[in-house]
Amino acid sequence: MLGASIRNQPPPTPPLPGDRRPPEPVVTAEPVISFEDVHLEFDEGEILRGINLQVMPRETKVLVGETRTGKTLILKLAAGLLKPSAGHVRVLGSDLGSMSELELLAFRREIGFVFQEGALFDSQTVGDNVAYRLMEEGVDPDETEARVREVLRFVELEDTIDKLPSELSGGMRRRVSIARALASRPPIMLYDSPTAGLDPVTSQTIITLILRLRDTQGVTSMLATHRLQDAFGLANYRFDGPRNRVVPADATHGGQPATEFLVLRDGLIYFQGQPEQLRNSRDDYLKSFLVEARE
Amino acid sequence: MASTDRDLIPAPEPSALSFVVEGIKDRLLAVQDYTLLCCRALACAFTPPIYVPDTLEQSDIIGVGSLPIVLLTGFFIGMVMVVQTAAQFVRFGETSLTGDVVSLALVRELGPAITGLLVAGRNASGMASELGSMVVTEQVDAMRAMGTDPMRKLVAPRVTATVLMMPLLVAMFDLVGLIGGFLISYFTLRIGAVEFWTRAFNALQLSDVAQGMAKPFFFGFVVATVGCYQGLTVRGGTQGVGRATTQAVVVASVLILVSDFFLTKVALFLAGGKAF
Repeated sequence: MLGASIRNQPPPTPPLPGDRRPPEPVVTAEPVISFEDVHLEFDEGEILRGINLQVMPRETKVLVGETRTGKTLILKLAAGLLKPSAGHVRVLGSDLGSMSELELLAFRREIGFVFQEGALFDSQTVGDNVAYRLMEEGVDPDETEARVREVLRFVELEDTIDKLPSELSGGMRRRVSIARALASRPPIMLYDSPTAGLDPVTSQTIITLILRLRDTQGVTSMLATHRLQDAFGLANYRFDGPRNRVVPADATHGGQPATEFLVLRDGLIYFQGQPEQLRNSRDDYLKSFLVEARE
Repeated sequence: MASTDRDLIPAPEPSALSFVVEGIKDRLLAVQDYTLLCCRALACAFTPPIYVPDTLEQSDIIGVGSLPIVLLTGFFIGMVMVVQTAAQFVRFGETSLTGDVVSLALVRELGPAITGLLVAGRNASGMASELGSMVVTEQVDAMRAMGTDPMRKLVAPRVTATVLMMPLLVAMFDLVGLIGGFLISYFTLRIGAVEFWTRAFNALQLSDVAQGMAKPFFFGFVVATVGCYQGLTVRGGTQGVGRATTQAVVVASVLILVSDFFLTKVALFLAGGKAF
């Protein structure tokens, strides 16, 4: 049932040139992202109260939980947009808490961040939004143009290149946001509720994009969502590069993709494990959470 | 049981004293944050990378965009000054002094102060609302997430542009104010062009011009930094943006008038050795 919307998928999206590159084998057991007893405190109190997690290369960590449990804050900590009150956040081996803002600015180019509402620059065209990071890095204009068109083609929005964000629908803005994050081909992607407020068909398109990135580009990612169908879709399906479509993640294709769920509650990780473990859990809170989330 | 009893006891209501202390602490923290923003804006304005296209765009918005209201206001301020002072000078038969008064008042005081207030009303509010909207829609976070320092990209161009445009706007205000004053003097007091302009120029000393042209640099810095600070510290969504916009105009205007007093004292002291 959870994957029903994924099965009724739209026509396959055009491939990125990078799609032809087979994922490289995992050569390191070092986590790409690790949180060690991370606390985060604001004036109104402590929001995160000791988070420990690790995201391994090419793994997708799905953060689920009720609203105001700190899902977005964990993503912002992983991007270095916030600093922990206590504990350590390490990304690609660097302790973000000990880095200056100047060092963090350079470091963040390794990370693509998709914000909940897209956070597109509303005074710039779609093309300029997607080209933003490349222009900041001083990439040659011809190469920038080619890369912008490439990623916009990937999200099937090449024809919107000269439009302003206000002329796009909510789902299109979210896809442009993904294209913008992808433009510099970062090894880590962080998605903050990428399907929030979108209709099921558009949500499915976004999840398909995320699957493609994970399975054809080998991107390590964290995704915060309150939509369990999206989370289970990520766990139960994979993108078949040669066939250019989403297929069930069965044993014949290397088994389940490396997707792990984290359920947050009261500033702590209440559950961490495989989707099946969550689904079969006998814990009362998890059972009620699953029921409420499906409703 | 003990823990249950403790849970039932309501938290003590904050006292009036704690409200005052918290209020003072908040103000002090705001001053500290504003000072940090000023220091970082200055550092970013003089160290690479400098966003020259953004600075030119802001110069156009702030300088050219403010020109119509500055010219219109300057023209009428010059005219109203003559109308007000002429009535007094006629009583003493000293209408020829009109050029002196208009020129001194405009160049030393009214030009910088009124232009500062006009630019604060137009641009500090604009900066606060623009940056505030970017904050609440996470555009500033997105900028940081893409490796761009908002202080360099957003604040430094606005500060540089305002600081550079303000003296030019004040010069235009002074010129148009004098033209307005001359026209009223010519048509109502029958003061000739040569007499008016000769007295207007002769009344001014280098220190007067220096004072009148130094203040706008400071006022420009105040307008831009207050506008940017209020915008970047927005809390509470669109309602917060509205509050920040109002606050930006109020704080910038008050700071301009307060600092004008102290700058005038310093300028007079440097020019003549005495502040009075």
